[in-house]
Amino acid sequence: MTSRARVLLAGKYLLLTAGAIIMLSPLIWMVLASFKTLPEILSFPPTLLPEQVDLRNYRAVFETIDFVRYFLNSVIVAVLTVGSVLITSSLAGYAFAKFSFPGRDALFIVVLATLMIPFQVRVIPLYVLASDLQLLNTYGGLVLPTLVDAFGVFLMRQYLQSIPNELMESARVDGAGEIRIFVQIVLPLAKPALSALTIFTLVVSWESFLWPLLVACSTDMYTLPLGLAQFAGRFLDRTELQMAASTLTVLPLLIAFLFMQRRFIEGMATTGMK
Amino acid sequence: MIPLVAHRTQGPRRAQRVKGLGVKGRQTLWAYLFLSPALALFAVTVMYPMVRALQYSFFNWPLGGDKTFIGLQNYRRLLFEDPAFREAVGNTLYFTFFSVAPTLALALVVAIMLNGPLLRARGAFRTIYFVPVVTSLVAVGFVWRAMLEPSFGVINTVIRWFGLPGPGWLADPDWAMNGIVLMAVWRDFGFYMVIFLAGLQAIPREITDAAIVDGASAWQRFRSITLPLLNPSILLAAVIGVINGLQLFTQVYVMTGSAQQLPGGPLNSTRSAVLYIVQQTFRPLEMGYGSAAAFLLFVLIMIVTLIQFQVLQRKFEY
Repeated sequence: MTSRARVLLAGKYLLLTAGAIIMLSPLIWMVLASFKTLPEILSFPPTLLPEQVDLRNYRAVFETIDFVRYFLNSVIVAVLTVGSVLITSSLAGYAFAKFSFPGRDALFIVVLATLMIPFQVRVIPLYVLASDLQLLNTYGGLVLPTLVDAFGVFLMRQYLQSIPNELMESARVDGAGEIRIFVQIVLPLAKPALSALTIFTLVVSWESFLWPLLVACSTDMYTLPLGLAQFAGRFLDRTELQMAASTLTVLPLLIAFLFMQRRFIEGMATTGMK
Repeated sequence: MIPLVAHRTQGPRRAQRVKGLGVKGRQTLWAYLFLSPALALFAVTVMYPMVRALQYSFFNWPLGGDKTFIGLQNYRRLLFEDPAFREAVGNTLYFTFFSVAPTLALALVVAIMLNGPLLRARGAFRTIYFVPVVTSLVAVGFVWRAMLEPSFGVINTVIRWFGLPGPGWLADPDWAMNGIVLMAVWRDFGFYMVIFLAGLQAIPREITDAAIVDGASAWQRFRSITLPLLNPSILLAAVIGVINGLQLFTQVYVMTGSAQQLPGGPLNSTRSAVLYIVQQTFRPLEMGYGSAAAFLLFVLIMIVTLIQFQVLQRKFEY
């Protein structure tokens, strides 16, 4: 390596490391502030580390709001949404990829076209519908708009097209039924696409805010983002409590991400259409 | 990997007929059985609401009250008599442009740096830059709200180290949207970078090597190889960014609302189109006007997306 190239590379590392510090600093600041007292956060010059690390802010969060309940609500909503999206997408994607039937191409175009409909066009009638069906303030209401995902259908169709037809055909010759073929042959082969779709749907569901805000009327149906927004809005000048609650909210998905980074990044990149 | 080019499927051929139904009939039956859960849910949660929204937009309809057909009155009011709606759309376009354009540029530069042949620790950098993408928007909204606080917040403290006066950020109507933009850049950057990195890694090394042998400078290689070959990724990222940007809601709700001030302040300077729709619909509970506004926003999203396809696809033809 020439000395010029070496200097360039060193400069690159320097820039990238500075960038990494900038990217992480809001989160580091959040965690540190969650252990501080309010005067410490507001002190000038600002302090980096908390004087004394204890869990009083976290205890205050748990004593003020039912954080566990919000967390469980988010988990229930995520499980129902992911489950429904996986089932509907893999079934429909398989039909579009491996069967020929009248109306297939037209139907597929209609499904793709729904990708372009933004949520806020649907939100008012969906609210009226949820209200008519007595679904306001229920889990059914919370998951109603996200039970099916056109992008999931598209993704599964693209992926399943690569499965050789001979696999299904020989199973049929052996006398296997269509449902058995789907469950025992197609689904196991679709695992990479299913895992990408799971992660993507999970992140979107965990983040969802506008719809739960409209549908969850009482606090016992609040999901995590909603509970946090309500809590932080009530204690707007108590930054230390806000940061403890924010840390608790960020943590679950962050831990999942750190354990499965590659899958997360690939899942979000391949399914990024949203 | 996922094949992006569809190849025609050959249905399973079967010699024998089964129980009276032909092979074709059997296939059709099973296909529709497999499709039925998805199609039923699409009908109820996408198609039906879409048709209803269009219908509502022609009515004056206070929830619980009587619907009155008023034709295009809602649209006329929105387009010509409602400066608040126009301002909300303007705010939304401002946010979209300034949160997408610089983020894409930055993500492209960093992706190219990370893609360099000699760089180690690529995976570690990629992971760190991606972390904000998986953080809860509401949580980091409050984090940035605290960091952007004009007198005690860390960001203005850092700015003052350089001897500059810190702006009022979320408290100042002229600066509030920039605060929201700043957070968006931070949070979305890693997502675009990953898209670009995937695109860059698909460019065959031989092409770049050949250009180096031919004596092309780094800038020439970027202009004539990287940019054109990366065009699909850039288009994808720009379209995703703009569609998301035009639906801005959560950040504004979280970062600007308080007991004294409705979200969207100060002085409506951060009120986005979706926030406007929600406030118009659910506070006075008026379904028609909000539906019309939602449709106008839908049309705007379609137009901007089509323009992007036109411009970005032509610009880098090679």
